[in-house]
Amino acid sequence: MRYDDVTVGDPLPALTTKPVSRTTLALFAGASGDHNPIHIDIDFAKKAGMPDVFAHGMLGMAYLGRLLTGWVPQTAIREFSTRFVSITQIHAVITCTGTVVEKLEGNRVRVDIQAADQNGDVKLAGQAIVELS
Amino acid sequence: MIDRSFIGQSFEPLTVDVEKGRLLAFAKATGATDPIYTDEAAAQAAGYAALPAPPTFLFTLDLERADPFYFINLMKIDLARVLHGEQKFTYGTPICAGDRITLTSRVTDIYDKKGGAMEFVTVDTSATNQHGQDVGGMTRTIVVRTPQ
Repeated sequence: MRYDDVTVGDPLPALTTKPVSRTTLALFAGASGDHNPIHIDIDFAKKAGMPDVFAHGMLGMAYLGRLLTGWVPQTAIREFSTRFVSITQIHAVITCTGTVVEKLEGNRVRVDIQAADQNGDVKLAGQAIVELS
Repeated sequence: MIDRSFIGQSFEPLTVDVEKGRLLAFAKATGATDPIYTDEAAAQAAGYAALPAPPTFLFTLDLERADPFYFINLMKIDLARVLHGEQKFTYGTPICAGDRITLTSRVTDIYDKKGGAMEFVTVDTSATNQHGQDVGGMTRTIVVRTPQ
């Protein structure tokens, strides 16, 4: 991917995940070190007023990271940020998409990225700045 | 209401080893398919010394503290009321398996919205590797739903 080959409006190759299962959340809790019981213990989640456990926000951000590294080498990423717009429910199928929104100086490019579920509800909305050759 | 005097509070630096097994577990849990995150030969062919940590892994390293919810507990926030609001990463020298990373964190803001119905805490973290190189940093904002 070269700077001169990128045009504002270009889409990033989209990424769709497997459904977020309870196993996914258990594995991610262990691997990420985020043991907050609200993501893995339905009793705790209900006590907190939630109908069920729900996905770690950082799982969605890891999926957005995969979107970026599926497009450019990780070393090209200079900044990567997101807002956690809404809770990702159990069984959600997440699709990550992105678009080049601005070409900057220094061979840098700004992209808008988002993660949405199978109903099109946005879960994460963010941006990244990548530096191309 | 969270005590605003915690703004500016800094924490003991955390030094943590980047373990290959942990990176493999993270790759599996997040469905990574790119072999550079699971195959050392592929990582080295891509120019890394060892398996690279994926873009959000600094957040995981910070959770290696004895109390991963250190600032939440310090501020006496009920974990059941906490949501992740925003997260930002910046990048320097890549983090790879075998590195020893030191993370330094500081509370940079505490504020509320919706007449106090939601409070926000922002923590900045910077990180260096065993060679003293800047490996990037992160800013996290948590949202605390205030009891009604």
